[in-house]
Amino acid sequence: MLGQVKNNLVAQFWDFIYFIGGITNLAAQSMYWVFVPPFERKRIFEQSKKAGVDSLPLVALISFFLGVILAFQISYLMQRLGSEMYIASVVALTLVRELGPIITSLVVAGRVGAAITAELGSMQVTEQIDALETLATNPIKYLAVPRLIALALMLPLLTMFADLIGILGGWVICVFRLGISSRLYLNITFDSLLFKDLFTGLSKTIFFGMIIAWVSCYEGFNVEGGAEGVGKATTRAVVTSFMLIIASDCFFTALFYFIFP
Amino acid sequence: MTDNNIIELKGVSKSFNSHRILKNLSLSVKRGSTLVVIGRSGCGKSVMLKHIVRLIRPDSGNVFIDGQDIWELKDKDIFTLRKRMNMVFQGGALFDSLSVGENVGFELIEHTNVSESELWDRVEESLSLVGLSGISNLNPSELSGGMKKRVALARAICTNPEILLYDEPTTGVDPITADNINELIVSLHDKLKVTSIVVTHDMKSAYKIADRIAMLYQGQIIAEGTPSEIQNTDHPIVHQFINGLAQGPITETAEHFR
Repeated sequence: MLGQVKNNLVAQFWDFIYFIGGITNLAAQSMYWVFVPPFERKRIFEQSKKAGVDSLPLVALISFFLGVILAFQISYLMQRLGSEMYIASVVALTLVRELGPIITSLVVAGRVGAAITAELGSMQVTEQIDALETLATNPIKYLAVPRLIALALMLPLLTMFADLIGILGGWVICVFRLGISSRLYLNITFDSLLFKDLFTGLSKTIFFGMIIAWVSCYEGFNVEGGAEGVGKATTRAVVTSFMLIIASDCFFTALFYFIFP
Repeated sequence: MTDNNIIELKGVSKSFNSHRILKNLSLSVKRGSTLVVIGRSGCGKSVMLKHIVRLIRPDSGNVFIDGQDIWELKDKDIFTLRKRMNMVFQGGALFDSLSVGENVGFELIEHTNVSESELWDRVEESLSLVGLSGISNLNPSELSGGMKKRVALARAICTNPEILLYDEPTTGVDPITADNINELIVSLHDKLKVTSIVVTHDMKSAYKIADRIAMLYQGQIIAEGTPSEIQNTDHPIVHQFINGLAQGPITETAEHFR
């Protein structure tokens, strides 16, 4: 019994090492191919549409609800402290610095990352990736790089929309429910936001986008065992992306805390 | 090594999850000839092909194309090599995000600067060679299994490669189409001097297209010869296989393992 547990742990440890090695390799190779011409403008555009434009309605809806929730929850505290004025600034700061970036990244990881793994995984099991290679085309250059660039470009843009729409959600509650004047709400919002809030919030999403692309492409390329394998890999891609996004967000938050005090 | 051998495998071994697929396999193919590799399903024929196109790295042993070890080539030379050879995959392996025409012209679109009109002329020409002209605008998902296979064949011949590898080109297509594919392989061999390796267990096709036939059994080539030599073999395993007998040494060993 104990031996079995130990063997399992050892096997999982090696799987983990293997994963780290594989994903580092993919990341390095894709970063190399990003800068090697020809640049796949058409495919980057296609992927940007899938990752960015098509995700916008979902991101907008979720961030609007988030703004509403934040306004209610914060007003609960602020009313007790008798400082309703600050609801606007707390909503804005929480959204722009943290919740906008993280929620957008998680939504995109679930929506776009899963689709990438499922698509590349199906290509793997039907030998399409092998076929690409025999047609003198590097699968990393052809498949991974356009997705990497698209996600790294689209995630900050989506986050900007999420921030704005979230603030709009807060505005709706404050103006129509709590009776704060619209002008005051907007003034406080934009007074309390500094450039560094926006910068730290948006810059980390570039990296989150790259994490989603790397993890999803890695899992897709390494699918084994037909349709069942594709399903498993898709789940794994989403779970791993979530974990890595939250963990690296923790890292970035600490880093920015010390760099921009 | 003679200059005449364009493809040469020397002592290639490969295992997957401690299951040995190829055991010290050696094989050579003469320039411009057609070698048919026969063997039971799952005996490692496809794995062998994938070693030749540099998709799988052997655990030990070497694969030479034109006398050069393909795992010692530089990126640029690998690219050149890949442009000289193509493979027809068992299930077709068409890209389902692209139309049939874009699939067939894939290599031309990606790696050459041919004009739009020349591109579509060549795509149409390749498609008509496999008897499927006028379907460039369809999507691969709209095709039947046999049609997919023929489109894959059109894609492989579109750039006039020197070496063509076929993974069961006649399996799962109707007898007439199968014979068309056989004739196409023969004509590529006669007119364009294409070197081909065809993996199949369709003996009718094998006799028709082969210069030489080799039989893969338990990870090794156990017999090789001209079609008539193979047909008149007294090797018991080959005899059982080519005549499709349920009783014989192959199935006895299988029973024994069970």
